[in-house]
This record gives sequence, structure tokens and C-alpha cells, in this order.
Amino acid sequence: MPEKLNGGQALIRALELSGVEVIFGLPGGCILPVYDPLIESPIRHILVRHEQGAGHMAEGFAHATGRPGVAMVTSGPAATNIVTPLCDAYMDSIPMVVITGQVGTSAIGTDAFQECDTVGITRSVTKHNELITSAADIPRVIREAFHIATTGRPGPVLVDIPKDIVDPMNPNSAMDWYWPTDDEISGGLPGYKPNTKGHPMKIREAAELITRATRPVIYAGGGILKARAAEALRELAEMCDIHVVTTLMARGAFPDDHPLCLGMPGMHGNYTAVTAMQESDLLIALGSRFDDRVTGRVNAFAPDAKIIHVDIDPAELGKVRKPDVPIVGDCRQVIEEIIKAIRANGGAEAQAERSTWKSQVSGWQEKFPLTYDKGDAGDGHVKPQQVVERLRALTPDDTILASGVGQHQMWASQYWKFNHPYTWVNSGGLGTMGFAVPAAIGAKVGRPDRMVWAVDGDGCFQMTAQELVTASAERIPVKIAILNNAYLGMVRQWQEMFYEERYSEVYLSPDLPDYVKWAEAMGCVAMRVESPEEIDPAIEKANQINDRPVVLEFRTDAREKVFPMVAPGLSNSDIAVAPSQADELRREREGRR
Amino acid sequence: MRVETGYHNLVVLVENKPGVLARVSSLFARRGYNIHSLTVAPTDDDRFSRITIVADTASAPLEQITKQLYKLINVVKISELAPAEAIERELLMATVKAQPADRGQVTELTQIFGGKVMNVGTAEIMVSLAGTPSKLDDFEELLRQFGIVSIQRSGRVALARLDRSPTHGLRSVS
Repeated sequence: MPEKLNGGQALIRALELSGVEVIFGLPGGCILPVYDPLIESPIRHILVRHEQGAGHMAEGFAHATGRPGVAMVTSGPAATNIVTPLCDAYMDSIPMVVITGQVGTSAIGTDAFQECDTVGITRSVTKHNELITSAADIPRVIREAFHIATTGRPGPVLVDIPKDIVDPMNPNSAMDWYWPTDDEISGGLPGYKPNTKGHPMKIREAAELITRATRPVIYAGGGILKARAAEALRELAEMCDIHVVTTLMARGAFPDDHPLCLGMPGMHGNYTAVTAMQESDLLIALGSRFDDRVTGRVNAFAPDAKIIHVDIDPAELGKVRKPDVPIVGDCRQVIEEIIKAIRANGGAEAQAERSTWKSQVSGWQEKFPLTYDKGDAGDGHVKPQQVVERLRALTPDDTILASGVGQHQMWASQYWKFNHPYTWVNSGGLGTMGFAVPAAIGAKVGRPDRMVWAVDGDGCFQMTAQELVTASAERIPVKIAILNNAYLGMVRQWQEMFYEERYSEVYLSPDLPDYVKWAEAMGCVAMRVESPEEIDPAIEKANQINDRPVVLEFRTDAREKVFPMVAPGLSNSDIAVAPSQADELRREREGRR
Repeated sequence: MRVETGYHNLVVLVENKPGVLARVSSLFARRGYNIHSLTVAPTDDDRFSRITIVADTASAPLEQITKQLYKLINVVKISELAPAEAIERELLMATVKAQPADRGQVTELTQIFGGKVMNVGTAEIMVSLAGTPSKLDDFEELLRQFGIVSIQRSGRVALARLDRSPTHGLRSVS
């Protein structure tokens, strides 16, 4: 005799059997019946203050753990509030399952209270979504959701659940419990068969191109982390002695302290990373997608390079740049096969002569390291880059760092040395301001053993700061460094550089709000840092606090701009460096001509 | 609607589930791909439907369109049918002005094309024609002289031309 459950009980049991340990959520009318059986469940629920926070926390959890993040919210406005995290997760291929309440099946389409067309609204920002209309479908659809979210190219899946099928008072919620097998799940998805194994002929072609290349660069993207391929990547790079650039989504996929690491490419990438790609004769793109922020003007990007492009999503191959060797497959499996094929070709010894290239690359590294104007001693300005450098120096090597979006994000990516995978939690594709605070909370929930810092901007902080109430209430001791320059800094930088210093609607004020009082009101320990000497003591003190969140407000120099920079519309060959390196770059370019 | 160049037929087998047509059409809208026509109907297997899309390949490369479509979980199989590889058919129904004295001309024209008279009114006549899209274009053009009151074309459906090579079907014998 099958066990009789109601839909709400079935949903919670399905989540438990899917391995869910924590749900980030906020209850409301239509999802109410599901929150009742949750009381008996071992699943931890974290009560957020805004549904957007639930979504970003689930993302942060997934970033840090590799496991799918789960958020549960009610219908209507709650569902629309979680659209931003869904889109963010879709752009950055984050595995996430979002459960939304929906009005009862008989009320759907009647403009009922808190009704909205959730599956319609979220169709283009999810990998898949589904409105369940029968309680009997709950176990299957939940299991499918986790399968789809975590396999192939990961992404967010939304499951919309009408109230009547989970409400024990309603006969529509009666169901016979079952748990579908793996075969039943894949058999029920005839159109979903991600291809993980690369084509052997293409793998041999890739191995040959790599062996022959004289100026190769590995262009590592977020797919390396999704595929848990960091070790395979390192083996490939070391065996062939090839430089690696790690995109914004791949920071930490290859250690920054490795001699072959060139750092981040792109609009605000390291000069050497950008230039090495630009001058290369072979780009080995592994789980990267030729994003416009990486390529600059596409038709001028890496003009001499042949392209090997490995991605689990066939649609990425040829979307922006036509690859010479396209390989559809899981990055880890494909890299391991490429390594075998290179070994069969003679391995390390058979690699082409690359000493000229190597000395060229190290020349660029020497001449154009990341740098900023340290200011005159005692002029009292706190430089934002220095804050990131000191944070890095004073925290454990495996600290997880989250960031928002803007100047502080670029400085965090540039000046934090990422030596471990899964230590960087960031909104790359969508560029969601306000990501840092909730994402850091989610990461800390997933990795309570790690120290978790967020570097945030003052503009970003004001968008989602209320989740620090969640962190205080749930005793999630994240640490937030606000780089407060009193501006929407990246917009200010563009107005300064491209709009003749006509500053339009970018000034925010340094002391409205009072960040220290605000943070304290939310249950955090808070400190303000106004001069360089105060930086280290404040960070050290924050590091000692483990029973509640900490907010450090750094009053930073608003004049600082992010360099290097490839101005929009320009070729990566026209990269601008820090003002102190500009003369050197002019000589370098004249020399090349 | 002449679309003889710069288009491609995509025959898309999808799961017969609610919202699948919306997923397909919103993908086209979101990615900026243009659709010339789209028809959908269940197949002999009620788990699946077949959508025939005439896609504008000037707006996006066919390969991207196909790959993006394949990413939809409910899309099972896509057959790309270049016009030369496809047998295409479309249905046209039209009501044209036809006073009793003109009826003969309209029915004659319809007969020449192999169409049918569907309905006759006091001053109008309704005709239909099934055929290749270009034949329908010609018919439509010639109907215009009488004055078209309303016209409806179904959008094309297509299946792959059959293989006529002598070895076809024998290859798998080892």
C-alpha cells in the first residue's frame, strides 16, 4: 500500500530526498501549507527579509559549495522579487531550485489576490520552469528540477506550486507517495541529454594544435569551476607550460600565486592577461564564453589566434567567435582526455619552442603589474585598492570573498589573490548591484568552516543591507567591508572619462545613511575607518568576531578609477593602464611598431 | 509573403505539454530571431507535437537558432530542412468579391490551380488551395484582380525528401 501524503508533505520529503539541507525563504499566503510540514523537517530554513535576498543567498550557497541552492517564497510579489536572482543565476550558470507558491488551480487566470504568471515571467531567466497542477506530480517534478539544475550547463529551475495541491484541507492535495528512479527521471525528459564526453577526433585535433602552438594561452572560464576541473586545468597548464588567464567567473580556478597565472582578462583585466590573449596564436577556451567584457571589440579580438573552444553548452560554440576546434563536453572530462592525447603525442617534451613568447610575457608582467597611486604619505586618503590588499593579507588563505558590482568588484577581483577554487562569489553576467551581502550570507551557511568576507560598495550595500538582520538573527557571522566613496563609483568613472566629467546623479553622500549606526541597528558590530593607519586594526578586530556579523565602513578616495581599462568599443590592443605606467606603455607601443 | 531566399524550415519535435509553444516562440523573440511562419499540431504519438517553423536565417545564423532551441528541455528533436531538401505544403483559403457574372472567372482560375470552391455567397466566393508556398503566392497574386475580402494562409509544413540513392537502407549490413 503506497503511503498517503498531502502535497505539502510530499514536497518537503522530495526536497529532503534531493539532499537539501537548507532553504532560504519567506512564507506567505499561497506557500503557507508547505511551511507547516517544514516544522518537522530536518531541513534548516533561513528566514530572509526580502525575497531577492533568498535568491542571492541560494546563489552564494551554490557558488561556495557546488551544490544547488534552494529558495522558497510565496506567489505574486514574492515571485517577482526573486526574478533578479533567477536571471543572475541563469547568466552565471548557478545551480538553483526556486519553489514559488501559486494561487489555487481553479483561481489561476482570474487575477486572484497575489496571482502572477510566474512561469511566464521567469521563462527567459530560467533553465527550465514548471507549474505543477497535480499533487501526484510533485515528487517527479522536484526530482527533475534538481536533475536539470545540476547537470549539463547548470542553471536555475523554478517550480510553481498552486496552493490547493499542497493544502491538507483541500482534497486536491491527496497523493500516494513515490520516489522516481534515475531512469524514470531521464526517461521522462526525452529532450534533455547533455553531452559530457568530448568527440575523440576533436580532442586529438586540440592536442595537436596545443603541441604545435608557439604563443598559446589558456582562457579559463567559470565552466572550470562548474565542472570541478581546477585540478585537471592545473595539470594541463603545467604539463604543457602554458599561461592561464582566469575570467571574472573563474577567479580561483587556477591559483593566482602560480607562476603560469596571468590573472584576469577583459575590460579591467591585467595588462599581461589582456595582451597575451591579444597576441596569442592559440586560445584554449575552457568553459568560457567570449563575453563582450572579455573580448572588447570582437572583430579585433586575438586576431592571430586559432581557437579551441570547450563547453558543455553547444550553443556557446560559435556564438561569438567561430572556433577552429569546437568540443562539446564537460570541462573536466575533456581536459583529462586532451592531456592523454598530448601525452600520446610526446607530452611535455614535444611542445613547440616557446622561449621568445615566455620572455615577452614576463617582460609585460615586469613593466605593467597592477598598480595604483599610493598617495603621498600622510595625505590621509584611504585607497580602496589598499583596503582589498590589506584584507587579503590579514585573512586566511582560503577565505571566501563575495562582492557586489562596480568599481569595488573589479578591485576585489584584481587585488585579492585567489589561490583556491570556490573562494570567489560574484555576479558576473548580470552585474547585480546588491549581490554581496546576501551572497556572502549564503556562502557562509554553505561553508561555516570558512571565514567569509564581502567587499561591497556604498551604492550596492544600500540595495540589500537588510539581510544583515537575517544574518544577525540566524547567527551567520559574515564580515562586510563597505568601500564608501560616496558615489556610484563605476558610473562616476565613466562620466569622468567619457562624459567630460559631467556628473549626473551619481553622488550618494558619505554619511547619509550613517553606516555604523545602521549596521549596529541590524545587530552587527560596526566600525568606521577614515585613515590608512586604522585599516589593519579594524580588519584584525573584525577577524576576531565570530558570533555576529561585522560591518567595516572604509571612507575611500572617490577619485580612484579602475585601471587597466579597455574603453567600450575599443580593441583590447588599445588597453589603457594606470596613469603612472602610461609613459612606459607609450614607449612599448612605439617599440612594437 | 515571398520567403524563397534567406529562410529555412525547422521541423521541431516537442513534448506535448502546456506552455511549450510559448517557450519556443518567446525564445525566438528574446534572441531576436524572426519567424516567417509557424504551425503546430500533435503527431501520431500523443506525447509529442510537431512545430514547423520557417525561420529567417538573415536575422541569425541557423546553427545558433537550432542550438538555442535544443536548450529548451521540452524540445526533443530538430530537423533542419533546407528548401531543396524538403517537400513543403501550405493551405490557402480566400474570400474574393464575385458578382454572379464574375464567378466563372474565379472558379476557372481556381480549377487551373487545382484548388476548390468552398462556399458561394451572393456577391462573394470562397476558394481554397493546398500546394507549395510559391504556387500559393502565384494564386494569391492572381486572385487580387477580383478583390480579396479576406485571406488566410496556414503557414508551411514540411517533411524531408526521401532518399533515392540505390544503397539507402543497405548500409548497416556488415
